[in-house]
Amino acid sequence: MIGSPDLVPFTNEDGFGEAYVDPCKIPEEFCVPLFPHSGNANPWSKTSYAKFTKDFILISEFSEQVGPQPLLTIPDECKVYGTFDLNYFSLRIMSVDYQASFVGHPPGCGYPKLNFVEDSKVVLGDSKEGAFAYVHHLTLYDLEARGFVRPFCMAYISADERKIMQQFLELSSEFSKASECLKTGNRKAFANELEKKLKDLEYTRTVLHKETELQKKNNGCFSAQAVEKANELANIEKSIYEHKDLLKQITSYPNRKINDPEFLPYESVNATDSTEVDQEHTFSDYNSENQSEDISIKRRSSYTPQLIKAKSAKCFDKRLKTLEELCDLYFFHQTMDQLRLIEKTFRGDLCYIYTSQIDKALLKKQKITNFLFEDTDWEDDEAVIHFSDEKQTLINNLPPPASMLSGEPVSLDSYTSCVETVPIKLEAETEEGLHETELTESSPCELMQDNSDEGIDAEMKGSISSGESIEVLGTEKSFKAQGHTVNPDSVPNLQLQPEVVRRRIITRRAYSEDSIEVLSTTDSIIPEDLRASYPSAIYEEEPPVETCTDAGPNQISVLNKAPGMLDECTYVSGAVVRADASCCMGTEGQTYKESSPELAQECCANGIVKQEPQSCHQGDPALQVDFALEQTAFSEASPSGHPLYELNPNCLSDEISKVTLDDMSDSTSFMSASTSSDRTYSPVLCGNPITVKHKKKAGQSALRFIRQYPFAQQAIFCLLSGRVLVVMGADEGTVRKLVNALSIYVPNVGKYGESVKQWLSSPLQLTDLQNWKLIGLHRMASPTGSSMMHPLTRYNRYISILDIDHKTLRCPPYRGSLIRRMVDHRTQIKRGSTYFMHVQSMLTQLTSKAFLYAFCHHLHLPIAEDEDQDTVASRRANLLLHQLGYNEEDCRIMQFLSELIKHHYLHGPGKGVSLPVLSFNYITSILYKI
Amino acid sequence: MLRWILGGRESQSAVEKNTVLFIGEEQPKNSYTELQVLKGHFDIVRFLVQIDDFRFASAGDDGLVLVWNVQTGERLQELRGHSQQVTAMTAYSWSSGSATHTALITASSDRTLSLWDPETGNRVQTVSDLQSSAKCLLVLDRLDLWISGGNELCVWNRDFHLLCKTDHHSDAGITAMVELPKNCVAAAVDKDIVIYRLCVTSSKMDTSIAEIRRLTDHHDSIRALITVSDQMFASGSHTEIKLGSQKQSEMSVQHLASDGECIVAAVGSGLYLYNVSSRSVVAYRKAAHDSSVLHTMLLPDGQLMSCSADGSVRMWELQDLPLPAEPASAGFFGMWTFGRASKHASQQAKKVPEVPGLRTLELTGDLIGHSGAVQMFVNFGDAGLVTCSADHLVIVWKNGERESRARSLALFHKLEQNQGL
Repeated sequence: MIGSPDLVPFTNEDGFGEAYVDPCKIPEEFCVPLFPHSGNANPWSKTSYAKFTKDFILISEFSEQVGPQPLLTIPDECKVYGTFDLNYFSLRIMSVDYQASFVGHPPGCGYPKLNFVEDSKVVLGDSKEGAFAYVHHLTLYDLEARGFVRPFCMAYISADERKIMQQFLELSSEFSKASECLKTGNRKAFANELEKKLKDLEYTRTVLHKETELQKKNNGCFSAQAVEKANELANIEKSIYEHKDLLKQITSYPNRKINDPEFLPYESVNATDSTEVDQEHTFSDYNSENQSEDISIKRRSSYTPQLIKAKSAKCFDKRLKTLEELCDLYFFHQTMDQLRLIEKTFRGDLCYIYTSQIDKALLKKQKITNFLFEDTDWEDDEAVIHFSDEKQTLINNLPPPASMLSGEPVSLDSYTSCVETVPIKLEAETEEGLHETELTESSPCELMQDNSDEGIDAEMKGSISSGESIEVLGTEKSFKAQGHTVNPDSVPNLQLQPEVVRRRIITRRAYSEDSIEVLSTTDSIIPEDLRASYPSAIYEEEPPVETCTDAGPNQISVLNKAPGMLDECTYVSGAVVRADASCCMGTEGQTYKESSPELAQECCANGIVKQEPQSCHQGDPALQVDFALEQTAFSEASPSGHPLYELNPNCLSDEISKVTLDDMSDSTSFMSASTSSDRTYSPVLCGNPITVKHKKKAGQSALRFIRQYPFAQQAIFCLLSGRVLVVMGADEGTVRKLVNALSIYVPNVGKYGESVKQWLSSPLQLTDLQNWKLIGLHRMASPTGSSMMHPLTRYNRYISILDIDHKTLRCPPYRGSLIRRMVDHRTQIKRGSTYFMHVQSMLTQLTSKAFLYAFCHHLHLPIAEDEDQDTVASRRANLLLHQLGYNEEDCRIMQFLSELIKHHYLHGPGKGVSLPVLSFNYITSILYKI
Repeated sequence: MLRWILGGRESQSAVEKNTVLFIGEEQPKNSYTELQVLKGHFDIVRFLVQIDDFRFASAGDDGLVLVWNVQTGERLQELRGHSQQVTAMTAYSWSSGSATHTALITASSDRTLSLWDPETGNRVQTVSDLQSSAKCLLVLDRLDLWISGGNELCVWNRDFHLLCKTDHHSDAGITAMVELPKNCVAAAVDKDIVIYRLCVTSSKMDTSIAEIRRLTDHHDSIRALITVSDQMFASGSHTEIKLGSQKQSEMSVQHLASDGECIVAAVGSGLYLYNVSSRSVVAYRKAAHDSSVLHTMLLPDGQLMSCSADGSVRMWELQDLPLPAEPASAGFFGMWTFGRASKHASQQAKKVPEVPGLRTLELTGDLIGHSGAVQMFVNFGDAGLVTCSADHLVIVWKNGERESRARSLALFHKLEQNQGL
């Protein structure tokens, strides 16, 4: 039988069914992946057990003195991470470093060798904490550090694991940029440090040399002192040699990505490096070679070398440099800016990020019309290019380095800059990063997916801390690093432990050059009390925290393997701690005790108690306002009733937006009080680009405006048809607010709101009308007020005047239908952001019509040879008036928008944001009153 | 703001008086629906000179000469060199081979004369330390010579060699010059018009100039001098306008313009249109502007344009009176004289029947943009109208519809070049 069901799938598979393609279907690249269906699970509820309210970035360091420690978070407020245990999490993320940062004396090499290590990118999760993180490991060089390296990591921590997994590529590329910037700054700082050290050494050598000569003279060649001095001198010589080599290595950092670990320092293009370039000095005019030469000489002389003691200080006596000190200041701030940008970009719910990404991708495609009403986020790519350009200019402006103070001059050729290669490097890194991730992407996704399901199940069952946690096994790195400096006594002790050996094997297996590691889930059950004891133990006292947590994950992994080995394991960790602590602060007793199972219970109790003072944040009403929305969005209590977009924290509820809008306008008014006198253009928000956020806030005021004024349609018609609207009032705040509100209707408002003047207190001029389409004007009661009013009457054919004190509007009449739906004073829309969306969609419709109108050949050019302009004009009129049913005013809107599109297409966005001509019509204005 | 108060004081008071003529916002015959403000000058812009179809130069009291593109509004060149205000500017074209070169000659209060190349912005020639600053310039294309008029009249060739000059005139100096047939030049010197004849030899180097006649009909200093036709030229002075012997006005003649058939005279704030052949007034407006009219122009089809110290440019159309009897009624004049202007209306109404064949100047549109006196304008035809003003601005007025069409054309051209979007 033909109608048998068996045939249907067959034809489908054969491709017959694909003949019909749904025209409304969105292309695949613009599809939002559906939320994985898992029974009746509530999509909002899965993160409720996270201890922090929103995503943040954590920078941690594996300190050789105190172990893993959190350094800073972005945003830098404790309310962000709340009760989340940063120390514990730092331990977790630092324990998964797979970098091949083998530094020290490689076999067959007489002197230390620096490795330029790839960053590693890891995703890890902690289901107990409800935290998932993208972890980006990097190493920075520090002359005083062990092996000259300091391991750091940057982690993007989120409660939503899907976000981490699905935004992995984006996160990876963004973090790579930040990391590259930081490392570049670090190389610069490290090179400077080396130079200084070399100077010190040279100086020491000369001093020693003198002393040796003196000794020889006084006591003879073979006296004990003379020999000792000679030895010392030899040591210094060796040290100088080593440091020079290091300097050569660091300055010859490869321009390209070189996978070969045995790369050779290659020829440099030009030497650019400098001592202490801070932000103020960065762009100073040290351009000419001679000038900078002088400066470098000056700098050289300004630094007074110090005598280096024969025996260098114990490694733990000294204070280690902070992250800021490790990095050139300019690059450090660049990095922080980049990280802040990352935090901002990935803020909000995953679906929101998706939607906005799709939005952006679509907007980017609309090159011709997106300037009209859309915000300018799609220019991001250009901004990135600009950023690197900026860096390039900085680099070009850098003075050449102070050359090394050494006996044998190192030629400048071999002195490759560690800075100059940044832009290229940045690109390469990103691309490679992407490539790498693509290779391994599928597996973590699957894993995480599985795991998320499990997580939800677990959560539904009500268990707080289940065994399902994504673990990354510890690396040997931490051990090795310690192994170098621990007391000789404890080293064999450690190595006797079978666990250590085994762990090493494990990590060897997991270790790889590739940056991305797939995490494995550990299914074995862990005694809950013991696990819980770790965070509490960390809270117990500050100093031992890191040393204790150091052993944490190792221990757990061991526990997972065999719970029976508990005793042994704790002993191991204890041993490690003790080994470390012997150089350190002497808190080993405590940490040892705490890891013992007997005390676990107590610690657990402690932990609970400890958490209470931290949670007092939530009592703070101000904070609650800020996070109210997110809390409701994420909490289980309100699973329904919240539209999807509310998950976006940018989209605040109306009450909040009202408050913030008022705040904003107040602050801007304060700002402008001093600047309003000058005639230079002042953008809407003090030089900041207008974002959707601002526009949404303006939406609320706009909604109020259209409800309050029956002639709102006329006012908005003016804006859309290119007629200048002057909002006049005596009170600055009110005027600014209204101007802000109306700015959402201004076509081609500009990235910084260049087409809008919020507050003008000088008489209007003709050039103002050409530059601004919406002007807030100060009505002055003083005698000069008459001179203010005069231009208004003089130019009244070009402007419409909205008088908010008398509630009148003087403008041409509008009888059209195009904007009636957009500006309906009986609208049912309650929220400002909703209204903004509504307006945006209507404006998009308008834009598309204007686009078609502008690009329809027959409407503007004759089809046949014998057609004259009148025929074309009548054809144009016929379309607008009869086929589209527009009236004269609607046509004017169309014409204005199409003129803008034409101008944009012909001249591009660069040449002035607003049309440099003022178009107008000779139409009688009518005075509207309420 | 300061500029508005200072520079525009005159016009401001004029506007506040409430305009005598008010056309309103509905101006269907006014095709200028796009304007472009060109900023660049720092003082009053007094002179506009058309260089070719798309370029013009502006100069003024700041000593700057700027060359603009009328189509795009782009500033092409900035000619700097004069330390004081520019007192006269003219274009000087000559053809070498097939190409025509156009240069600019400027005279300044710093007693220099300069020749500029508007292509490169170079000062090609300059003469300094003149005995007096030139107040007017006249190019004699036919002879490839040019004349500067200050306290004396100097004849120069293209290479800035002084060929000959006249004796020192009175302190008033020459205010205006026109070229007359037979190598003659008429120069207005205070109350007199002096006619000189140039004796040009083939080598040009021994050119001489001699006064051949002096007309002393004017009773006050002459402000304007124009050529009407080969047979006639017109001069305007403070009190009267002379054309042969006809005597008409009572106020200062600011400007004269002619198309060979008619002469339009800007007399005070009024406009008078004379027919040369009939030697009679064809039409007039006693209060065409709120302040004195500074520049006028006759366009084809009976169109007329005038600009004034009140900051506006007005466009007029010469219309026949519908019926000879009609104008007498106040209702007709009521159309353009609102309210307080009834006095004028009655005056004019009285006059209308007196002169047979009198027509009327109907206001068809006005251009409001400048906040100071509009010094002069240059009409580029389709490309637009350029005005310059005491408010330091130059404004290009364009036909919006035409511009829109041009942009569409450019758009489809680019579309074709790019082969699609």
